[in-house]
Amino acid sequence: MPFGNLASRLQETFKKLSGRGKLSEKDVTAALREVRLALLEADVNYKVVKTFTDKVKERAVGHEVLSSLSPAQQVIKIVNEELTELMGGTLSKITLASKPPTVIMMVGLQGAGKTTTSGKLALLFKKQGHRPLLVAADIYRPAAIKQLEVLGEQVGIPVFSMGDTHSPVDIANAAISHANSHGNDIVILDTAGRLHIDEDLMEELVQIKEKTKPHEILLVVDAMTGQDAVNVAEAFNEQLGIDGVVLTKLDGDARGGAALSIKTVTNTPIKFAGISEKLDGLEPFHPDRMARRILGMGDILSLIEKAEASMDEKKAKELAEKIKRAEFTLEDFKDQLQQIKNMGPLDQLIGMLPGMGQLKNLKGGLAVDDSHLKSIEAIINSMTVEERQNPSIIGGSRRRRIAQGSGTRVQDVNRLLKQFEQMRQMMKQVSGMGKGKKKGRNMLPFFR
Amino acid sequence: MGWRNIFRRRKDDEIKNTTDTLSTETVSTENTETKNNFFQRLKSGLSKTRQGLFGKVESLLTGRTIDEELFEELEDLLIQADVGFETTMYLIDELRERAKRDKLKEGIQLKETLEQVIVSIFSENAAPLAIGDNSPAVIMVVGVNGAGKTTTIGKLGYRLKQEQAKVLFAAGDTFRAAAIEQLETWATRIGVDIIAHKEGSDPAAVAFDAVAAAKARKADVLLLDTAGRLQTKKNLMAELGKVYRVVSKELGREPDEVLLVIDATTGQNALSQARLFNEVVPLTGIVLTKLDGTAKGGIILALSHELKIPVKLVGVGEQNEDLQDFDPESFATALFSD
Ligand SMILES: Nc1nc2c(ncn2[C@@H]2O[C@H](COP(=O)(O)OP(=O)(O)O)[C@@H](O)[C@H]2O)c(=O)[nH]1
Ligand SMILES: [Mg+2]
Repeated sequence: MPFGNLASRLQETFKKLSGRGKLSEKDVTAALREVRLALLEADVNYKVVKTFTDKVKERAVGHEVLSSLSPAQQVIKIVNEELTELMGGTLSKITLASKPPTVIMMVGLQGAGKTTTSGKLALLFKKQGHRPLLVAADIYRPAAIKQLEVLGEQVGIPVFSMGDTHSPVDIANAAISHANSHGNDIVILDTAGRLHIDEDLMEELVQIKEKTKPHEILLVVDAMTGQDAVNVAEAFNEQLGIDGVVLTKLDGDARGGAALSIKTVTNTPIKFAGISEKLDGLEPFHPDRMARRILGMGDILSLIEKAEASMDEKKAKELAEKIKRAEFTLEDFKDQLQQIKNMGPLDQLIGMLPGMGQLKNLKGGLAVDDSHLKSIEAIINSMTVEERQNPSIIGGSRRRRIAQGSGTRVQDVNRLLKQFEQMRQMMKQVSGMGKGKKKGRNMLPFFR
Repeated sequence: MGWRNIFRRRKDDEIKNTTDTLSTETVSTENTETKNNFFQRLKSGLSKTRQGLFGKVESLLTGRTIDEELFEELEDLLIQADVGFETTMYLIDELRERAKRDKLKEGIQLKETLEQVIVSIFSENAAPLAIGDNSPAVIMVVGVNGAGKTTTIGKLGYRLKQEQAKVLFAAGDTFRAAAIEQLETWATRIGVDIIAHKEGSDPAAVAFDAVAAAKARKADVLLLDTAGRLQTKKNLMAELGKVYRVVSKELGREPDEVLLVIDATTGQNALSQARLFNEVVPLTGIVLTKLDGTAKGGIILALSHELKIPVKLVGVGEQNEDLQDFDPESFATALFSD
């Protein structure tokens, strides 16, 4: 299973990365190798992958590693940001003509989903109070006209057709006159699927464009498309000048790298996503979701987001206040550890946090690996609320009780209490330092 | 009954003929008119993908010595043809090994080796269309939406009819708007019978009736269309499984062929398609469609390598004659054309 392998390869790479502070070229290169694979597995065109990773590399090398992230995670974060940006903002708007009807022309390869998408789009407009007209301009594929007629009937939208004996150019022309005389403010032309290298049929589209002056030419692309997506999109765009893209069949498990390829070569927005065979299955396209899907590193991205979320400003301020008032309790300590636990490999993480480096130098070291974290949690959990608020009341017998309750040894409880006290002392100093000066600068990252 | 052996025969001689014809750039004139047209269509279909035989590889390899950089560039070519990372790695490793073993130095020497490796992946599990032994032979055609199932049935029906087989169609796509009419149009166009129910009816019932009719009418081949479905849709896949079981029961054996239709423009998702379809209906072969475009269909290399399902037919257009037997050599060649 390629994905399984990918995931484990990624883990391996991440383990090897050890950079601190700024991202080194070596770290970036190693992480990007995995990103390249991920993108290729998602069917992003290999040239697009190369341009993209080069660009990311430029941005990433020398970049500060966020305190909450590992270097590899930092690279992935940058990749995700770049990818989302490249995919564009949410632009699921169709430009409506100032003087109706607005003409929308659907084009694409055979079997991409033009007819179904035409029906879906018409339904969308109808729901918005428009009066769309569907036009059957595919005179080639057997029963293509009938297909559109059936769809039109299902959603209660008129379908204009002249059979398969007139040229699509004539049909399109006549349809616009029809729309004018019947008060249809939107005309959707369903053209036949064609290969981008079929000169005659491409010329036919050019003719339709010249005659009907469409306001939107939408290229319909199957989300499962592979490396060839760039050739297709480039050819359609060069010959017609497309205004947008609809990505279909996204309800499957295709990673949809074609979206990135197409966006890169045409620089036109992807406006809609087809997410079901049903006629209400058309959604505005979400670039951020697509970027995630293409990258296929959901777990890692969630982790990165969690880490960022746990840096939530408001919470941080509250805690800072607590520290100043020396109210920081074992309860808070546990909360904090809980948050760190969600962020990634603890030992690395703690070491990287500004301020926490000092904690590491504490006598006996602060136990921060996962198993230690578990026992810390267990110990705190075995304390009463009172004990957590005010550890000074924890004497010998209470220590024995806590050790027993948490399945640890009395020494462990002793060590934790000692470390906690040291930490409190340090915090006092740190927050004291902040007084009157730039606040929060050198503080523990938790409290930024 | 001549048609029973056509695929075997074609595999052995006619395809060789075709290849010869193509490489010598002359069209055989000894055949009947239809045959002649057939070969001409084959040729024009292929010529689109054949331009500059092995062009890219040749220009890459010429004048180069074999080194890692060259392997990396070959890797790019394979990736670009949708072969996919895993299979590309396999091919390159294989190439590297053979180059070492045979002490190859010149880049251009890799060309033949590469072609051999590719062809050997396909020949490991090559098999002709298995429709010579049973009557009626039942071919079930499955795949995702828009892959080219119905068109493939139309073209295959045409071809079998040309060979004097008695063909029956079954309009098993009762879901998509006007899918039944689409197959009916084909049936009329090429002059074969069709079993069809109303849109929205149970596809298993259509299949049942079709098998019964094929037996009663002594049809030679029954071609069963199915609705396109994404392989991740549990209930639609279960529905397909049911159709398969109904056919098997009524037939007294499993269908002779279950062909998965894959669009040549498809990328890595084809692997998921083949895997998941195969879990529900045991696939016997693959039809690769739309090879008349610029997509190389390299994913079938991954399919053959990883899943061992033979590729049987290729689609090269939308006309009656635009269906060919799969030929590993010309495929390997076309994979690297410009
Ligand atoms: N160029 C080309 N188009 C094809 C080929 N096979 C099918 N098509 C077209 O692809 C579209 C979808 O085919 P269809 O048979 O309806 O797909 P289905 O949904 O899988 O049954 C139609 O427009 C067909 O004409 C092929 O080999 N080459
Ligand atoms: Mg169909």
